Amino acid sequence: MIVGERKPMEEIEAMIDPFEKIIVLGCRECVTVCSVGGEKEVGILSSELRLSRKQKGRDIDILEFSLERQCDHEYIEQIRSNVPNYEAILSMACGAGVQFVAEAYPEIPVLPAINTTFIGVTEEQGLWTERCQACGNCILHLTGGICPVARCSKSLMNGPCGGSSDGKCEVNKEVVCGWQLIIERLKSLGQLDRYEEYIPIKDWSTSRDGGPRKVVREDLRI
Amino acid sequence: MKSASRLEKVLEKGEFAVTSECGPPRGADAEVIRKKGEILRDVVDSVNVTDNQTSVVRMSSAASCFILKGMGLDPVLQMVTRDRNRIAIQSDILGAAAVGINNILCLSGDHQVFGDHPKAKNVYDMDSIQLVHSVKKMRDEGKFIEGEEIKGVPKLFIGAACNPFADPFEIRVPRLAKKVWAGVDFIQTQCIYNLDKFEEWMKGVRDRGLHEKVYILAGVTPMKSVGMAKYMKNMVPGMDVPDEVIERLKGVPKEQRAEEGIKICIETIQKLKEIEGVSGVHIMAIEWEEKVPEIIKGAGLYPRPQV
Repeated sequence: MIVGERKPMEEIEAMIDPFEKIIVLGCRECVTVCSVGGEKEVGILSSELRLSRKQKGRDIDILEFSLERQCDHEYIEQIRSNVPNYEAILSMACGAGVQFVAEAYPEIPVLPAINTTFIGVTEEQGLWTERCQACGNCILHLTGGICPVARCSKSLMNGPCGGSSDGKCEVNKEVVCGWQLIIERLKSLGQLDRYEEYIPIKDWSTSRDGGPRKVVREDLRI
Repeated sequence: MKSASRLEKVLEKGEFAVTSECGPPRGADAEVIRKKGEILRDVVDSVNVTDNQTSVVRMSSAASCFILKGMGLDPVLQMVTRDRNRIAIQSDILGAAAVGINNILCLSGDHQVFGDHPKAKNVYDMDSIQLVHSVKKMRDEGKFIEGEEIKGVPKLFIGAACNPFADPFEIRVPRLAKKVWAGVDFIQTQCIYNLDKFEEWMKGVRDRGLHEKVYILAGVTPMKSVGMAKYMKNMVPGMDVPDEVIERLKGVPKEQRAEEGIKICIETIQKLKEIEGVSGVHIMAIEWEEKVPEIIKGAGLYPRPQV
């Protein structure tokens, strides 16, 4: 899923400072699963904003609304009748959602309430960690199912570097060395000999480096 | 010969090679490089010039190498893949070869969080092994990474680093094998303080015959103080400093500890010389270049062979 973190309250307050009437817009997909931008979080943020405004002696009219997804036209349409009555939309979706809502409503500012952090997993309750950088050219079959792009701090294709120590990355002792994980996994698969296979210089054109990407499925287009 | 490198000539002749290191200044003062070059002239075969080591911005390795080259030294251009993509790297290689630089050391580089610009974006378009492979392709096939022909082929003697003390230990020999496969000519290792572990790694290297395919230059760094030894032990990732080294330094009065550090370094070199498969020594005296001649003379490695 796409994992996010809510922006600091002061930053959100500064963003919405010029407005008296806003929609706080949640998303029921990834950001609900990682407890940052779903219906519940819309309620919490809205209450905090009302309270904060009250303390400052200013009013704010907030419409709390959550969409099934903010990355699909059909759901974004659900707020069309409300939009003219408000001055800004504070979206709690990922960066894709924020932008797609903005594209649908060019006449109103759409502001981000969260920082989109990574594509990751719920490792434990309350702990999300990164697994994929969407490089567009998966090599997990070569590296024991562990991604060197996302999990090595240097994205080394032929790691580990000389900074790997006790299974930890040189960047920080809290960070696990991705290549240590790859080697352990290859070992448990009985494939440690694959370690010596040279992985050639990567084609990054399928990654962000090729410019904004798109996927076209002719079989699905109408 | 693959290049016009003095280091290559020394090694090809079967002589025990001596290289050292010159850290460029945090400014544009060429005099700093010239002073260090003057100290190292004639006492070493080649001089590495670090590339923004520990991710701290310094004078460029290529420009510093050029200054040293002008003084008649044989510089080794250190090149990290942290800051440059394949376009910049290949361009710098062509430029280095054009001004007479004959050696390159291919590294991934310390992560930028260690340095003075931790908010920087890193590049890592390629890793150190892919860099070795790319330089070899440029030199031996006369082709760029994408296969286009190079007019005016860069003839570089290709080096890489090895850290026998990093984890996991079991892949440290296979990792060298991978670098050998990629086309490395010489290796300079991480600083050696734990000789037992180094010997164990070298045994693995010899068992696979890798010492016959690549020249291994054993790395040493003299300790200036107990504080430095502790810092290296605890703060530098992948560094193995046994307690005996720290105890030995502690065992002498404070004002004699730097001298003791030099002694340990000389003794280490003498032991390294006896290990089968070690072709030379790489002395990294960090901001202490003035001690390098003393170490080399103390280890009986002076004068250097004429090649």
